[in-house]
Amino acid sequence: MVTPAPDAAAWYRLERQGGTLRVVVGGAWVRSEARRLDPLLRALDPMGCTRADVDCGGLARLDTIGAWLLLRTKRVLEHRGVTVQPINVDPEYHALVHTIDHECRAPPVTLPPRHTVAMRLERIGRGLCQAVHQGYLLIGFLGLIVFETLATVLRPRRLRVAAVVHQMEETGLNALPIVGLLSFLVGVVFAYQGADQLRRFGADVFTVNLLAVGVLRELGGLMAAIIAAGRSGSAFAAEIGTMNVNEEIDAIQIGGLNLTEVLVLPRLLGIVLTLPLLTFYSNVMGLIGGAVTCYFDLGISVPVFLHQLRGALAGGTFWVGLIKAPVFAFVIGLVGCHQGFQAGRNASSVGRHTTQAVVESIFLVIVADAVFSVLFARLGI
Amino acid sequence: MNAGAAPPVVICIRGLLTRIDGRVLHDNIDLDVYRGEILGVVGGSGSGKSVLLRSIVGLQTPAAGRITVLGQELRDLDGDALVRMQVRWGVLFQEGALFGDQTVAENVQVPLREHTDLPQRLMDEVASVRLSMVGLPADAAGKYPAQLSGGMRKRAGLARALALDPELLFLDEPTAGLDPIAAAEFDVLVRELQQSLHLTVFMVTHDIDTLRATTDRIAVLADRTLRIGTMASLVHDPHPWIHEYFAGVRGRAAMTG
Repeated sequence: MVTPAPDAAAWYRLERQGGTLRVVVGGAWVRSEARRLDPLLRALDPMGCTRADVDCGGLARLDTIGAWLLLRTKRVLEHRGVTVQPINVDPEYHALVHTIDHECRAPPVTLPPRHTVAMRLERIGRGLCQAVHQGYLLIGFLGLIVFETLATVLRPRRLRVAAVVHQMEETGLNALPIVGLLSFLVGVVFAYQGADQLRRFGADVFTVNLLAVGVLRELGGLMAAIIAAGRSGSAFAAEIGTMNVNEEIDAIQIGGLNLTEVLVLPRLLGIVLTLPLLTFYSNVMGLIGGAVTCYFDLGISVPVFLHQLRGALAGGTFWVGLIKAPVFAFVIGLVGCHQGFQAGRNASSVGRHTTQAVVESIFLVIVADAVFSVLFARLGI
Repeated sequence: MNAGAAPPVVICIRGLLTRIDGRVLHDNIDLDVYRGEILGVVGGSGSGKSVLLRSIVGLQTPAAGRITVLGQELRDLDGDALVRMQVRWGVLFQEGALFGDQTVAENVQVPLREHTDLPQRLMDEVASVRLSMVGLPADAAGKYPAQLSGGMRKRAGLARALALDPELLFLDEPTAGLDPIAAAEFDVLVRELQQSLHLTVFMVTHDIDTLRATTDRIAVLADRTLRIGTMASLVHDPHPWIHEYFAGVRGRAAMTG
């Protein structure tokens, strides 16, 4: 048999000499060869021998994976009652082989299978339980916040005014461009769709009434709240979650500071104070958008628009939309902060809870809006 | 490659200049790391030890100078060539940098999965071999990084760094945050693995006991330049920081200990 060049691919051959099996190995036993060797070695048959000599003289290279394959083969043979004797092992490999042989007594780990039907079902059930548990925790958090707020109201000096102003800037002032642009566009689109329908009845001018009621009662507030949830709710969760990762939360607690007072109240107060202002701004921008459509599409001039608008504003339409804003703000702030505290100490958990904060707060904002609608309908407002 | 009896140079740095936010951290640094040695890099906090490591592995772009690793200049490499280079080294980051959403065994398998075509069963076996080589108990394999102690996380990070049998191992503060016993055990482990796997180790540390226990040579980063020597030779260095470091109370205790 021709002996291959020393740097060639890994090879082995079996020779039987009486009751002794000679396993001659050679070439580069490295990880790139492992895929080919692995199944062959796993199925190695001692051919009825009770002794086996593993001749390693031809080894050109050996890495950890190659060494493990050899050692595993030795163990498999020994398990079948074969006495295995390695021979001609290059002293260069002694340390490696010794380390692996000496340290690796533990059976290999088997990772559990990741996707089975039962596991999917379990995930659904677990998700449902978590959702219920999440609601339970949120109510607990609400109680804590109410309690702490009352405590702060009794000692107003403890309120961190600078932090509140900073949050107002973050959630309010910095949101003006995006809220303005989106509300303007929604106003344009809404008036356009309304005009298209009303024109069929010759009731063009009532587009203004539709716009006033739609924007002031619902759209303006919802737009502002949804953008605030996406911008600020997520920021609250991510900030508090990251502070937890950096052990800043622990530092605050250990420093005798009140977590709620330092982290939650400024955020909550900041957003509760700014979202009504943001809603007002969103309303105005929505109406301007609608006015632009009315002017170009229906030929309604600005004075006519304003006159019609004044008529439509009767019956508290303006206040009905605005009064919802603090409630939306409270929901967004509460959920954002709560999710932040829920996050674990790793990057993926912070990300997951940030997403959760946005989804949950938008969901709750819309639920709250629906509750308001029913309430106002009952009250006849 | 070097002529003569000196072992081949694995990392070669010439005229390295690093600037971060306008501040010069390394000014015209030269350094050779030889195959099979353990080089320790020390220096005060903020002296740019970790930045030097990050520059060598390509996470930080130098303002000027050449860095050659395993005979190739990193700046010239891109795409596949860079990946082929990256599988030849392993890095243990300061906090282990394990992926938090994966178990320890899965973490160790990440490089295997990415760069080899091994069957899953063999990958499981290799992961457990790695974990036992770094001295982790078998039940650590199924745990998540958050469930491990700091020392175990570092060992798991080391197992991942070694997953592809690298020639070069970078350690960033391997013993920081470990208790003295765990740190001493880690030193022994690094020395043993270096010998059995024929590694070249580039270690950033400020632990003088680790320096004494593991390193062959020491490079001190002081005043933006490097001074290279052995523990015995650096004691006599006139530079105040170096003198204070090696001849100070802790230094003397480590020497005699």
